[in-house]
Amino acid sequence: MAIAFHYNDAQRAFRAEVRAWMAANVPREPLETLESARGFTAHREWERMLARGRWGMVTWPEEYGGRGCDLIEWLIFEEEYYRAQAPARANQNGIFLLGPTLMEFGTPEQRARFLPRMAAGEEMWAQAWSEPQAGSDLAALRAIAVRDGDEYVLRGHKIWSSRAAYADWGFGMFRTDPVSERHRGISFILFPLDLPGVRVRGIPQIHGETGFAEIFFEDARVPVANRLGAEGAGWQIAMATAGFERGLMLRSPARFQATAQRLVELYRRHADELEPAIGGQVAQAWMDAQAYALNTYMTASRLIAGGTIGVEASLNKIFWSELDLAMHDCAMRILGCRAQLLPQAPDAGDVGAWLEGYMFSLAGPIYAGTNEIQRNIIAERLMKLPRA
Amino acid sequence: MDFTFSDEQRMMAASVRELLADVCSHAVLRAVAEGRDDAAAARWARYRELGLPGLLAPEAAGGLGLTSVDFVLIAEEIGRAAIPEALVEHAAVAVPLLLEYPDDPRVAPVLEAAAAGAARVAVALHQEPFVAGVGEADWLLVGVGDELHLTPPSGVGLVEQPANDRLRRLHRVEYAPQPTTRIARGAGVRQSTARAFDRGALHTAAQCLGVAERMLEIGVAYASERKQFGQAIGAYQGLKHQFASAQVRLEFARPVVYAAAASLAGSGEKAQVAVSHAKLAAVAAADACARIAMQGHGAMGYSWEVDLHFYMKRAWALAGAWGDGNLHARRVQSALWSGAQPLGPAHTFSATEG
Repeated sequence: MAIAFHYNDAQRAFRAEVRAWMAANVPREPLETLESARGFTAHREWERMLARGRWGMVTWPEEYGGRGCDLIEWLIFEEEYYRAQAPARANQNGIFLLGPTLMEFGTPEQRARFLPRMAAGEEMWAQAWSEPQAGSDLAALRAIAVRDGDEYVLRGHKIWSSRAAYADWGFGMFRTDPVSERHRGISFILFPLDLPGVRVRGIPQIHGETGFAEIFFEDARVPVANRLGAEGAGWQIAMATAGFERGLMLRSPARFQATAQRLVELYRRHADELEPAIGGQVAQAWMDAQAYALNTYMTASRLIAGGTIGVEASLNKIFWSELDLAMHDCAMRILGCRAQLLPQAPDAGDVGAWLEGYMFSLAGPIYAGTNEIQRNIIAERLMKLPRA
Repeated sequence: MDFTFSDEQRMMAASVRELLADVCSHAVLRAVAEGRDDAAAARWARYRELGLPGLLAPEAAGGLGLTSVDFVLIAEEIGRAAIPEALVEHAAVAVPLLLEYPDDPRVAPVLEAAAAGAARVAVALHQEPFVAGVGEADWLLVGVGDELHLTPPSGVGLVEQPANDRLRRLHRVEYAPQPTTRIARGAGVRQSTARAFDRGALHTAAQCLGVAERMLEIGVAYASERKQFGQAIGAYQGLKHQFASAQVRLEFARPVVYAAAASLAGSGEKAQVAVSHAKLAAVAAADACARIAMQGHGAMGYSWEVDLHFYMKRAWALAGAWGDGNLHARRVQSALWSGAQPLGPAHTFSATEG
């Protein structure tokens, strides 16, 4: 083991293969937003196309439809994916969050039931964790699953559930021990979103599209076999899932390198009109995107060498979310008075997707655990500062 | 593709940490800063015992034959300890620059002595107006235009520049070139001194990582003990979140510095942007760590009595060494605006890819 920044022949060949497939298959025109019914259907089609090429989840084992790629190959895949400006991943909750969790905690029957359909893009997943009174304080959740023979009866109210408006299945946390408190007595349960007693109500986001939803459980019945892991072990399983989410895979560096590239190009076109400080902000954005990429390669190498990712995941989440916001904020400044125009405005010029991206980047420091929670985790668990 | 350090590299850094904890304690730094240093010769002797002055010289030249990638972790330890000697300048700038001129009969004996640590060498380049370590040096390398000279410091004018970091004495070098001290001239000198400058900047960045980490540790320790309103002040989110933000900056500067070290280990031709990025990122991290460490100390942090200020002053001194923020930001920006820097995914390693 030692630092060596050269891709080997197999990695180069892999990159060429991804690049060729993307060139032949990525839609020429951007798809409609996946936060609309029509757009979600289009993105579902794209997931199926990826699956047919066995590109849906390259890090998964071959038996579940993946390619068994290591993390370096995953990074190469992502670089080529964003280089080709391929569509957003409607299947993200499944392949990056639930998939790895199922592989770690699922029974053989559960893996066989859910993973192939997830891989094929046939079943899309939503995450159902937050509740009206349990956001950052997730352990305050109240939704319950009451055992009745071979079934659980679900009651409660989940909210801010991304993809739930159009997805097929959800994975959520429910109290299976009614007198339990905090992190104990919670179970991790999978449920179909079209189940009788499950009511999904879309919530329009600030851009007007229905990007998330609330889910009402009114005595919805699921088989006990839909529970992932042991009864009462839900919190530990969820934290493992959150580890995947905040860890490496939720936001690959290529995404931000692509944004940084667009930002530099935008700046070059407008440099003459801008106040001088903006050049420094653009350069900082490019450097930070580069830093995120280097850090991810370093983490990936460490994991390949047998290391683990723990609290570092919180460092990542803060860095990428604040980087994404800074880049889009900078683009808004460059665009100036045109930044407020929607792309279809007659005088929109090159405003493109910057406004939509800016609004989405504002959500980054909130979803997947707010950055305030992440800072508490870093301060207490990594730096060992005292708890309040 | 591998971004991990070897066990040997980590063990070497650990042994340097152990040595410096012994010879460069807070008390030693305080004694040096207050003009009571009576252990300077003993410290340098300990550095020599570990082979630090000649780490980057090949074994044939009496060194250990290591590369920038090996040295970067060691420079980090040197920064962590805020040592009073310009050891990084000697080992990572002067010795490698001498190594580029092995054919000159005047260079060989100086190189041999420098690799062994028997002689100390400082470097004055036009990009670096204030020279560290020349006050204690036996030899001085001077880059003047496209000429490189090797002279005893007695052959130049030295104008001392009293500076905030009392542990790092600075001089401006006044030198009228003499044909007798010239060891090389021509375009090659511009390239070799440019590489020397980049090595100075990179290993200064590495020192910033070390001193940043040290300041965070000092700040966290204090905030964990000091109580107000009935609990440790470090338990309040107002401080906690600032500490966490500084930690984020530090952790994302590390891979940038390490990657720049790897880009220098080869020909170094494409290393400029990587090195400038490393310097900017590490300086920003050290700055952030200095700010929260001081804030966490309250008024104590503004007192001479608390040791934190030695490390803060080192961080600020390093910020201006081997290219200040203006120079490095300009280098990055000109590469970005000119199109010289490849952009976008799949170009993460453009500084090292063949």
